[in-house]
Amino acid sequence: MTAVVPRESVVADWLGQPLEDVLSRARDLVEDATFPTVRRWREAGGKVLGHFQVYFPEEIAHAAGLLPFKVRGAPLEPAHAESHFGSYLCSIIKTSLELALANGVELDAFITHPICDAARNLAGVWGRNVTYPCRILYLPQNPNSAFAATYLRDEYARIRDLCHEIAGRPVTDDGLHASIAVFNENRALLRRLYSLRREQPWLLPVHEAYVLVALAGLIPRQEHNALLRALLPQLKRRRVAKQDKIRVIVEGGFCEQPPLDLLRAIARSCYVVDDDLLIGLRWLTSDVPVTGEPLFALAASYIDRSAHSPVQHDLRKPKEKMLLERLDTANAQAAILLAAKMCEPGLEELVVHTRALDGRGVRYFVSEFEENMSSFDQLEIQLETFVENLLFD
Amino acid sequence: MTETTLTGRGVEHGAQLFREWFQQLTAGAERGQGAAYVFVMGSLCELLRVFDFPVVFPEINSLQTAVRRVAHEYLNEAESYGYSPDICGYVKADVAVQLRGGAHPMGKIPKPALAVCTNACNTYVKWGEIWQRMYGMPLFTLDIPGTRGAGLASTPGSVDFERDRRYVEAQLRELITLCAQVSGKRFDIDRLREHMAHANTMSAGWHEVLELNRSRPAVFNALSDGTVFLGVANGFRGTAQGAQYFTELVEEMRQKAEQHIGTPIDEKWRLIFVGVPCYPIFRRFSELFSDWGGVFVNSTYLRFASGGAHLGFRYDLAHPIESLAHGVLVGVRDAMDNMFFQAPALAEMIDTHSADGVVFHPIKSCRTVSTGLADTRRALMATRDVPSLFIESDLMDRRVVSEAQMKNRIDAFFEGLAARKHQEA
Repeated sequence: MTAVVPRESVVADWLGQPLEDVLSRARDLVEDATFPTVRRWREAGGKVLGHFQVYFPEEIAHAAGLLPFKVRGAPLEPAHAESHFGSYLCSIIKTSLELALANGVELDAFITHPICDAARNLAGVWGRNVTYPCRILYLPQNPNSAFAATYLRDEYARIRDLCHEIAGRPVTDDGLHASIAVFNENRALLRRLYSLRREQPWLLPVHEAYVLVALAGLIPRQEHNALLRALLPQLKRRRVAKQDKIRVIVEGGFCEQPPLDLLRAIARSCYVVDDDLLIGLRWLTSDVPVTGEPLFALAASYIDRSAHSPVQHDLRKPKEKMLLERLDTANAQAAILLAAKMCEPGLEELVVHTRALDGRGVRYFVSEFEENMSSFDQLEIQLETFVENLLFD
Repeated sequence: MTETTLTGRGVEHGAQLFREWFQQLTAGAERGQGAAYVFVMGSLCELLRVFDFPVVFPEINSLQTAVRRVAHEYLNEAESYGYSPDICGYVKADVAVQLRGGAHPMGKIPKPALAVCTNACNTYVKWGEIWQRMYGMPLFTLDIPGTRGAGLASTPGSVDFERDRRYVEAQLRELITLCAQVSGKRFDIDRLREHMAHANTMSAGWHEVLELNRSRPAVFNALSDGTVFLGVANGFRGTAQGAQYFTELVEEMRQKAEQHIGTPIDEKWRLIFVGVPCYPIFRRFSELFSDWGGVFVNSTYLRFASGGAHLGFRYDLAHPIESLAHGVLVGVRDAMDNMFFQAPALAEMIDTHSADGVVFHPIKSCRTVSTGLADTRRALMATRDVPSLFIESDLMDRRVVSEAQMKNRIDAFFEGLAARKHQEA
C-alpha cells in the first residue's frame, strides 16, 4: 500500500507568533520524549524511517514521502531496554531502544550505522525486538579510497530500494533532485543560524539554537525551512544586550546529546560560537548538485564536502587539526570538551583534543555527561571558576 | 607416531612458536626494523608478508600483559597519560607499550612502519590513529562492508556481493601500492600466491579442528587450548610454519577423536563460550568451569577472533587479488556476524556440538563484542531449551574482575545443570 504524505502542518500556527513563544514551543517539542510529531505523522497515514546518529542521507527517505526521524535517545529511564544490554554502555543506545520498546515511538524502518562499537550492535538488537525492517548503512570508513564514492552510491541505492518498499512508491531521480533542493535550503539556513551565532552570539544562546536545529529531526524539512526563514530575521532584530562573556566552542555532542539544562548552564557564562551538536544534520557543508546522478552527488558530498566527527575516519581530517580549525574559524577563546559517559570515541578524542589545545596554549574545560543527568550545580560552579580564571588571567 | 606423543603437541608447539615469534620481533626491534601493525579480524598477513613486513598484533601483545598479570601496570600508565578507565583495555596497554619504547613482558615490540586496520571493530580505527599521531607512519583502513541486517548476508555471485567485493578489491590494490612504497619492494604476485596457499591450508585445518570438537569427549577445550590455536592461526597466518602447525594439529585432533581421547578433565558438561576470555585470571577462569567437569566445546571467540578463518575459505590462486578480496570479505563479514547477529550461529553450535549450556561473558573493555550479548541470550533462550550463564568482567582490567563473585555464579550454574539433569532422569 502506498504511504500517505500527510498534509497537516506541524508548525504552521507557530509562524507569526512572538519569537519567545516559538522558542518555548520548540523547546517543549524537542524535550518531549513521546515525540508527538512522529505519532501525528503516522496517525495521518504517513510512514516514518528512524535513523540513528550521526549522519543519514535523509533526502532519500524524503523523496519517498517518508518522515526521516533522527533517533538520538531521550532523557528518560530505559527501564525496559536495560535488560537487553550489559552494564558498560552509554545511555543513548539504551534510551533509543526504550523509545521503540515502551515509549510508543512507532517506526516503519530503522537504520543504524557502525559509528561505534556499541551502535553497530543496534540493528541486531533492535531487529530482534520489533517487526519492521532494521538495517545497517555502512557509510565508508575509508573515504580516502578512490572507489569510496562509487561504493557509497551503491549503498544509497540499497537505501532507496528499501524506502521504495516501505513507501510503496518508486523513488525517482527527479524526486531525489527535488528533495536535495529542500535539504540544500535547509543546510543553507542552518549555516546562517550558525553564522549569526559566530557574529552576534548574544542574540542566540546555545540552548535556543540547539532546539531550533533539533526540530529538523522531528518535522518535515520543508516546514523546518519555513520556520527558519521566518525566525532568522526576528532573531537578528532581537533586543538583547551584549554581555562580557567568553567565546567558546563546544565539542562532544556528535551522538548522545547533552541535556538542555547543561547547555543552558554553559550559556549563562559563555557565548558558544560553534559546536558539534547534532552535527549529522549539518554534515554536508555545501550544496549538493541538483543535476546529474543524485545518489552519486549525495555520496560525493558525503566524502568530499562534509564536516568531521570522532566517528568518521578520514586521513584528510586529522581530529586535532579539525578542532583547531573550528576554534579559529569561530574566533573562540576557549573550548568546552564534553564526552558522554561510556562513549568510547568521545573519551578517546578527549586525549587528542586536550593535547592539541595544550600545544596551542588554549584553555579548555572538560566534563563527562549523560543525557538524563539532572543536577548541574557542581558543573556550573566549576564552569564559572573556569570562566573567571580566563577573564581575570 | 604414538598416541602419547601426539596428544598435547598442538598446545606445546603453539606456545613454542609464540616464544619464537616474540624473539623475532625483539630482534627486529633491536635492528630498528619497522613492522606492519595489524588486527586479528582482517590481518591481511597473506599480503603483508609479500613485502617482508614483520607482523605485529597489538591485541595479542595486550592480552599477553594480562595473562602475565602485569596489565594493570600498563593500564595505569595509559590512564596517567589521559586515557579514560572506560575505554578498551587493549588500546591502553598498547599505548603504554609504545610509551615504554616497545618494552613488553615477552620481548620488545618494533615500531610500526605501516598500520592496516579493518572496520570490523571501530576501536581498531581509533587505535590506528593513535599510532599515526605517535609515529606519523601511514595508516590504511580497509573498509569491509558487513551484513546489513539479520539474515541478509549477500550471496557470493549476487549483485550486492559483487558490489562489496569490488570495493574491497579496489582498496586492496591501493594497499598494495602503499606497501610497495613503504617497503621499497616490488609486488610479487607469485609470492602472494605462496602465502595464500599457506593460508588455505591453515583455514582448512582450523575449520576441521573446530568440527572435530563435536566428538564426545571433546578433543580440546575451546577456551584454554583453543586460545593457543587461535594465536597461531593469527600470528602465523600465511606462513609455512603456520600451515605445518595446522596440518599437525588436525592429525592430533583426528587421532584423539578416533581414540576418544578428551581433555585432561573428566568431561561432564559440554559448554559454549560467548564473548572474550577473562585474561587477567585466565587459568583460574578456565578452572572455575573445568573443576565442575565443564568443557568448552566451541565459542564465538574462535570464529570472530580468527577473522572468519573457521569458514575454511579457499583462495583461488589463479586469481589471487580478486580472490583475496572475496576471502577477506566473507571472512571478516562472518567475524562481524558472529558478534552482531550471532543467535543463529549459537543455536547451530548447540545442536552440532551437543551443548549442555551456554556461557555469556560480556566485558567492560569491548562494546563490539558485549553490547548485544544480553539480547542475544534472550533470543537464544526463546529457540533452545539450554541453560545459560551471564557473567560480566573484563579481558584486561583486574579492577572489574571479581573472582569470588564469579565463582558463586558459576557454581550456581553447574548446580542448576545438575539439578536439571536429575529431574530429567
